[in-house]
Amino acid sequence: MSPTETEDEIATIAKRWKNKRGSLIMALHGLQDRYGYVPREAAMSLGEQMDVPLARIYEVLTFYNYFRLESPGNQVVSVCMGTACYLKGAPQLLDRASESLGIKPGETTPDGEFHLQVVRCVGCCGLAPVVTVNAKLLAKVTGESLEAHLLKPGTAEDVKA
Amino acid sequence: MTETIQATINSLPVEVAAGTTILDAARQVSVHIPTLCKHPDLDATAACGMCIVRVGSSAKMLRACCTPVEAGMEITTEDPEIIHVRRTVIELILSKHPNECLTCGRNQNCELQTLAADFGLREICLDSIVPDLPVDSTTRAVVLDPRKCITCGRCIQVCQQIQNVWALSFLDRGIDTRIAPAGDISLADSPCVRCGQCSAHCPTGAIVEYDESQEVWDKLLDPDAYCVAQLAPAVRVAIGEAFGFPVGTNLTGKTYAALRRMGFKAVFDTNFGADLTIMEEAHEFVGRFGNPNSVLPLITTCCPSWVDFMEKFHQDMIPHFSSCKSPQAMVGALAKTYYAEKMGLDPAKVYVVSVMPCTAKKFEIIRSKEMHSSGFWDVDVSLTTRELARMIKQSGINFRALAEEQPDHMLGAYTGAGTIFGTTGGVMEAALRTSHYLLTGENPARMEFLKTRGLEGVKEGKVEIAGQEIRFAVAHGLGNVETVLTRVREARDAGTEPPYHFIEVMACPGGCVGGGGQPYGVTDKLRAKRAAGLYQDDQAGLWRCAHENPYIQMLYEDFLGEPLGEKSEQLLHTSYFPRATYRR
Repeated sequence: MSPTETEDEIATIAKRWKNKRGSLIMALHGLQDRYGYVPREAAMSLGEQMDVPLARIYEVLTFYNYFRLESPGNQVVSVCMGTACYLKGAPQLLDRASESLGIKPGETTPDGEFHLQVVRCVGCCGLAPVVTVNAKLLAKVTGESLEAHLLKPGTAEDVKA
Repeated sequence: MTETIQATINSLPVEVAAGTTILDAARQVSVHIPTLCKHPDLDATAACGMCIVRVGSSAKMLRACCTPVEAGMEITTEDPEIIHVRRTVIELILSKHPNECLTCGRNQNCELQTLAADFGLREICLDSIVPDLPVDSTTRAVVLDPRKCITCGRCIQVCQQIQNVWALSFLDRGIDTRIAPAGDISLADSPCVRCGQCSAHCPTGAIVEYDESQEVWDKLLDPDAYCVAQLAPAVRVAIGEAFGFPVGTNLTGKTYAALRRMGFKAVFDTNFGADLTIMEEAHEFVGRFGNPNSVLPLITTCCPSWVDFMEKFHQDMIPHFSSCKSPQAMVGALAKTYYAEKMGLDPAKVYVVSVMPCTAKKFEIIRSKEMHSSGFWDVDVSLTTRELARMIKQSGINFRALAEEQPDHMLGAYTGAGTIFGTTGGVMEAALRTSHYLLTGENPARMEFLKTRGLEGVKEGKVEIAGQEIRFAVAHGLGNVETVLTRVREARDAGTEPPYHFIEVMACPGGCVGGGGQPYGVTDKLRAKRAAGLYQDDQAGLWRCAHENPYIQMLYEDFLGEPLGEKSEQLLHTSYFPRATYRR
């Protein structure tokens, strides 16, 4: 999508909610619906157009858990911390993933490729420890196999399904 | 007539205007209710819970800061249960507060520490949950340590409502609430204009000035450095508060003496720079005033936070800005050129330390390469009043007993016009005096331009000089600027006569006397007393107009040539450029 189209979309949201008291949340919902999160540039542009200081926007964005400030990333890497996976070494896997991606749980790599998060039991304890990458399930994961998967070029393709 | 209400506080009868809060009513009968979040400059937010009181025999406790007195209320401000609850409030705050009092910038000057002492807390029964948040000193003007924040919200209210800067905000919620710029970026990347009003209003050490005193001590020890100091107008009437003098006492002579004892080889006065600023700025004003094609109103630029604010938020006003540097910058540039030349000094060895009521001056000295006009950074370090007071204490100088001294007159003699720069309206008044002289050849019959004085947020007035009307406006507290600039823009867009010819803006409420680097505890009462000290200094002076200063006259004769001349332009003037409000 071109930057102009993006600007147009933000302008539409801003126009709809500008000068309506208590409407900032609705406008921010609009951004999140469109992008899956609230990008900083979009928040800045919205603030300028609605005449709302960016500080106020972030007060609202961080007050409500619903809003996401970062892109979930192309590949959402979820390390299962359910009891079985935990006992089978999930904490070490999480550390390993954190280390090889250079991000903490809840963060996204600067290139937007990976988002690392923790989940509670994905319902296949027999395959523990389990890591999912988007919809793809990796079973009986070891540090090496996880790292190999994360570093393998083109992984985005086979996990898109 | 205002409706009054009768009630009792601790059985003492009170009669107050309708709408008065219990907190304010209590003061009338000399009852002190403790509070950590309510500040006289700010609205009540009921954030801290210290000011709880009881009405009648109700078990419920109310917050005095935001509860208006009602007729017939029987208010109790102290009983064992209230004291117990207040002690619990302090304990809860302390459980989330680092126990670092001895190394804190607010040691012995902290509202939380004082309350903890008053309530005699000897142990905290709760587990400590101090958040792990990084210190932000990126502005090199103020230091933000969010761990020490008690989330009272004062800094945020000042930054957002009083200053309209919106650099600081509360992020997150509940136990995770923290003060930070939008999106946890650094303050230097935020719209922060470094006015330091957050530090002046913070009850704890969560926001303090960026301390550079060690750098100055090191230079004072360096045998190769020729250290000189300059003293800003507003410092002289505030520094005494650190040494037990009544608020507003003028301690110019003692401060000169203290600086010499600390090892400064020469002591200048920023008031001299203020006189010089007026010479340049009044010429600039009279030049524009007499030229129908020039940009009016002219807007003053002595205040670095205001300059920063304009460069970030009011870029269409750049052509209106006076090109004059601030007094501190002018003295710095001359110390390394004129003074060095006269004294036969190597300017590379001259080290200029300015003492300012201001945290933003720390940024001003490096704001553009034009602050390097002498071939060196014109000012090397800018200290706040608070830093100097501490340095004097470290020196073991008995400040109270010091005999008064004179400045080094070459860059130190000053007039009443220079000294009133330290208060809102002072620059305007000083400029009007010299403009009068430039337009008529005579000093004004009455030196006082009373419409410029006082603590009202926006002051407007007009004076007639040589049959021409000069309309002026004075604004202080950046939130008040909007009113004035809106009027200018409306006239500009309509193509009509501008509402003013001359505008003075100072970022801090009250002007520099209320600056972000001044001793703590500022209120309007204090601001007024400090300002009164400056007006007395003005009245007592031998000369009250900048152009009368013989050392200024000598400077033009021997060195600069004439106001707005080539050399003046090179050393004493600057330019402005748009800056991004957010660098990230």
